[in-house]
Amino acid sequence: MTAPEGGPLLRVEELHAAYGPVAALRGLDLTVGQGELVCLIGANGAGKTSTLRAISGLLPAARGRILFDGRPIHAAEPAEILEAGIAHCPEGRRVFPYLTVQENLEMGAYVRRDRHAVAEDLERVCTHFPILAERRRQMAGTLSGGEQQMLAIARALMARPRLILFDEPSLGLAPTLVETTFEIIADIRRRGTTVLMVEQNAYGALRMADRGYVMETGRIVLAGPARALLDDDHVRRAYLGG
Amino acid sequence: MIRLARGLGALLALTLPFWLANPYFLHVVIMAGIFGVLALSLNLLLGYTGQLSLGHAAFFGIGAYTSALLTLRLEWSFWLALPGAVALTALAGWLIGRLALKLRGAYFVLVTISFAGVISLVSVNWMELTNGPLGLPGVPAPELGPWSLRAKSAYYYLVLAGVALSYLVCARLVGSRIGRAFLALRENEPLAESVGVDVTHYLVLAAVVSAGLAGLAGGLYAHYTRFVSPEVFLFTYTVTMVVMVVAGGKGTLAGPLVGALLFTALPEALRLATSWQWQMLAYGVLLVLLVFFLPRGIVPALAAWRARRAS
Repeated sequence: MTAPEGGPLLRVEELHAAYGPVAALRGLDLTVGQGELVCLIGANGAGKTSTLRAISGLLPAARGRILFDGRPIHAAEPAEILEAGIAHCPEGRRVFPYLTVQENLEMGAYVRRDRHAVAEDLERVCTHFPILAERRRQMAGTLSGGEQQMLAIARALMARPRLILFDEPSLGLAPTLVETTFEIIADIRRRGTTVLMVEQNAYGALRMADRGYVMETGRIVLAGPARALLDDDHVRRAYLGG
Repeated sequence: MIRLARGLGALLALTLPFWLANPYFLHVVIMAGIFGVLALSLNLLLGYTGQLSLGHAAFFGIGAYTSALLTLRLEWSFWLALPGAVALTALAGWLIGRLALKLRGAYFVLVTISFAGVISLVSVNWMELTNGPLGLPGVPAPELGPWSLRAKSAYYYLVLAGVALSYLVCARLVGSRIGRAFLALRENEPLAESVGVDVTHYLVLAAVVSAGLAGLAGGLYAHYTRFVSPEVFLFTYTVTMVVMVVAGGKGTLAGPLVGALLFTALPEALRLATSWQWQMLAYGVLLVLLVFFLPRGIVPALAAWRARRAS
């Protein structure tokens, strides 16, 4: 495995977590370097979503450590982790349907107290996503699927994160929108935000990522540069359909 | 236009005892006010956080008994007993919130129902404290300096102040960061969590304020009827509150008040209009029609109608 450039921003060591009696993570190790785009692939139930939930503090860690920028965060509250600079774009319903686009964006900055900077960020995000600026006063539930995804990404940016966790950003989107979404994510990384992404669409994710991890039953079974994983026989057979 | 209507409404409310001297009508309006506070209280949970409390009458009853007992047994002034009742019910709300809101949804409904059942049994069986099914007669009417507020026209203003206070509390809360958190967790709980909203914390907060307001309503009720019995825990009260909130428009500030006014006045109007056999039937039919034609409630329907006309 290539060493991540600039030292790891995120380091997960021997992480165990469970939902009641059901173990979800069994000794997970991974690192994400500053400025990297890393993707996590694996079958349903392998523990990809649990990994992201554990990092953002939504799933308590039973054992092991999570270090962000060298500081342990595995015992911190979700709000503290968000304040430290990790934003989470969960899978499933992506927006608050009965709040306006602007209110949705403001929710992304919920833990922030610097109101002026939040207002500035709101303008910046709106310039970046003109379609959201147009729909600012509209209920988020009335947006199309692609627009909702854009709103979800923009909302995550409102927290001014140094690391964004994306959970299945392409799920349920039309093929052309999947392409757009991946481009937006690549663009976010180009602007300096580190990305850890979970994807079912292993091919698309590995094509844009720097490195990849393959998860099976709660632990990492394979890791390496994304290019190498694309050529790996096991990965091709299991996740890329031949 | 809306400002004019609001100003007119406030003027009518403030002068009501002068043009509606009939004690029967005044009684209906006072009860509507007390139910208005209850509906505002339930709306905070049901409308803003999406949690249904089917034991809300328990908070109402605890407020009524606390205020009555504090004035009767400890001879506290009404003006101390009422805040005392609010504080104790808020504490009960905190307890129930801590117990049930980690699980929420159906569990919260069940816990609140059981809580109301238990409290009701306590009120019937703890003879030394509550006088059991005989109830507590002679609850004193509040006094303001040399004046007694026993007269309906005077008590009306006390209830009006209670409604205004409850409305302001709800409006401030809903308009704040906290209110935004309520809406976020009602709409999409996993997402609310992911943006740093501490879901359990905010749900408990909503339960505390909601219970406190129900306690205020209970206190106002006790010193108005001047008699408290285990009847205050009746499930019917809770159902009435739910009907008021849903029909008026849950998740709006004005909805519960509109619902309270309508559904206190409606049974009385039906009593005048029809014989008793038909009264509840007509009530039911009207309720079904209302829910069928205005599923989101009266206030949201009016708002939608105004928006359509404006565009």
